[in-house]
Amino acid sequence: MSGLASQLINLFAAVLLLLAFAMISQRRVVSLIHLYTLQGATLTAATLVVGYATHQPHLYLSAALTLLLKVLLIPWLLHRVIDRLSVRWDVETLINIPTTMLIGILLVILAFHLALPVSQLSSTIARGTLGIALACMLLSFMMMITRSKAVPQVLGFLSMENGLFFAATAATYGMPMVVELGIALDVLVGILILGVFMFQIREQFDSLDIEHLEKLKED
Amino acid sequence: MFVFGIPLVGSAILALVGHRESAPDVNVAFSLGTFIAACVLTVEVISFGPLFAWDRAFFIDPLNVFIVTLTAFVALSTALFSRPYMRVERDQGKMTPPRLRLYHSMYQLFSFTMLLALTTNNMGILWVAMEAATLTTVLLVSVYRTAASLEAAWKYFILCGVGIAQALFGTVLLYMAAEKVVGSEGAALLWTNLDAIKAQLDPTIITLAFAFLFIGYGTKVGLVPLHNWLPDAHAEGPTPVSAVLSGLLLNVALYAILRCKVLTDGALASPLTGNLMMGFGLLSVVVAAFFLSRQKDVKRMFAYSSIEHMGLVTFAFGMGGPIANFAGLLHMTVHSLVKSAIFFTVGHASQKAGTQVMNEIRGLIKVNPTVGWGLMLGSIAILGMPPFGVFASEFLILITAMREHSWATPFLLLSLGVAFASVLSRVLPMVFGETSVKRLPHPPALIPVFVHLGIALLLGLYIPPYLSTWYREAARMIGG
Repeated sequence: MSGLASQLINLFAAVLLLLAFAMISQRRVVSLIHLYTLQGATLTAATLVVGYATHQPHLYLSAALTLLLKVLLIPWLLHRVIDRLSVRWDVETLINIPTTMLIGILLVILAFHLALPVSQLSSTIARGTLGIALACMLLSFMMMITRSKAVPQVLGFLSMENGLFFAATAATYGMPMVVELGIALDVLVGILILGVFMFQIREQFDSLDIEHLEKLKED
Repeated sequence: MFVFGIPLVGSAILALVGHRESAPDVNVAFSLGTFIAACVLTVEVISFGPLFAWDRAFFIDPLNVFIVTLTAFVALSTALFSRPYMRVERDQGKMTPPRLRLYHSMYQLFSFTMLLALTTNNMGILWVAMEAATLTTVLLVSVYRTAASLEAAWKYFILCGVGIAQALFGTVLLYMAAEKVVGSEGAALLWTNLDAIKAQLDPTIITLAFAFLFIGYGTKVGLVPLHNWLPDAHAEGPTPVSAVLSGLLLNVALYAILRCKVLTDGALASPLTGNLMMGFGLLSVVVAAFFLSRQKDVKRMFAYSSIEHMGLVTFAFGMGGPIANFAGLLHMTVHSLVKSAIFFTVGHASQKAGTQVMNEIRGLIKVNPTVGWGLMLGSIAILGMPPFGVFASEFLILITAMREHSWATPFLLLSLGVAFASVLSRVLPMVFGETSVKRLPHPPALIPVFVHLGIALLLGLYIPPYLSTWYREAARMIGG
């Protein structure tokens, strides 16, 4: 039983990593949101499996929270935002995509190297996946750096939060419930504020290109 | 637990009535209530020792009660200052009623998150409160809705969001290390529990956890090279917000690092945390001092001065030992008081001149002598001239540095010298010099300025015995 469960968790972890790479290589904003939704769904499934295999009922709750927030609510909000702003167009990246992919591979190696000593000490069934979680975080981080538009930057931020959440599940079977609720609340409020910001940036600059936000520099 | 109940209720009420004429007074009243509650709490902690509340979810000891009181006090005086300030902004058309409502409500919510972060016993809740503080201040910084303030807020959000995500990963690792010792209940993230078992925590995991926590909360402290958001957020937000950012938020983030440092020091035999903090602290002092000399905007200049001072405090805590910790705590206090006082005067000065560019602000002492003297005395105090408290704490930090880490002393002295020369050469023409500007319609609230400076002066001349026992107690908690 636990053999099957840990196989499943490894599978989901691999899917998460693939999705992170897919997000890096994706140019269209709509597809990015679809990928984010898929990531949320995978995360829900992985949390459910870990919860079932280890009999941790609070993980069911956090899986439900993930489903509600990251598969339904946030993608819906994002779709509304891009419809209203009509920014479904292609995304410019600052570095071309093959180069980003190569840097991404290096980041994954770095993540595994960092996580190896820690995951050896862990006793959970998902310990092998800590490296993948860290890799997802670093990849999303890179996505935030290399994208010049507001919406992909926000998606990078959100997918980094997904990586963090997966790390928490993999390393410790999730954080205490009250902390998890707090984190979910912060993410939700954060995304609402960012949504409002996007409208305001658009109003001010007639564009969502973050490159316009370069007035405040040291001279 | 009135301490953070009051601002929470306050923010809800101000969300409803924050646009009325009386809203600034209501804001002051709630801040006053919070301050009184904090004072009561302080008296309790001093007389009965550390307290727990609500099934150990909250924990008050000499270290955090001191920052709680400071936070409540500065929040109160900033609320007093923002009364006339916001009325002028409204008359000038910069603040509309909905914006005022947002501003007042977020101001109280920000106080709430700060106090929650300080009093909670749970490292996870500490993270949640810090993130919530980021969110409220992002809204406060962007309240003018100008292009520059939106840019500053976006930068602030993204940088601090990424930073604080690192801190969350650090918290996860900390939980993982603790869980192996105490089992997987919610109790494994309680700081008091962690403190009791810190010697058994796994050194490998804790090292990695501290690295992530330090980067994460260090972004919020504004340590170089993670400081980019800080000058923008200070310069583009309303001045009361600059005052609370410098005076409170940076302190609370540093407090979070200190809590993590205590745990890590217990788990590791090596002086890793101290070295990290000394390195980043020193780098911040040096870099900020040189950036100071190149600023044209008065609020940006004082924002860089905040980075410099936070670097100095981080350096002091990095050195450790009873004297350096004592000096660090003292420096935190006087920096909060003096820096917020400076922002109060700068706020009035730039409102009057209609600009924040230093070359266009002239002759403060002629138009309004109290503002001019306030800025002059504040600048002298922040630059570490005796007899103000900053001198006492900087002196203690420097002599400890000379004795234990003499290599760092030239860098510190050089940076302090550069900062001194550049700030003073900018402030003097602003205070003296010719001008033709008129007075403001609402008289500025300058009592807070002189109360703050007075306390800083007092701390430089004479620290009352109960206060110094209190500082020593807190310094011992950090591992003196």
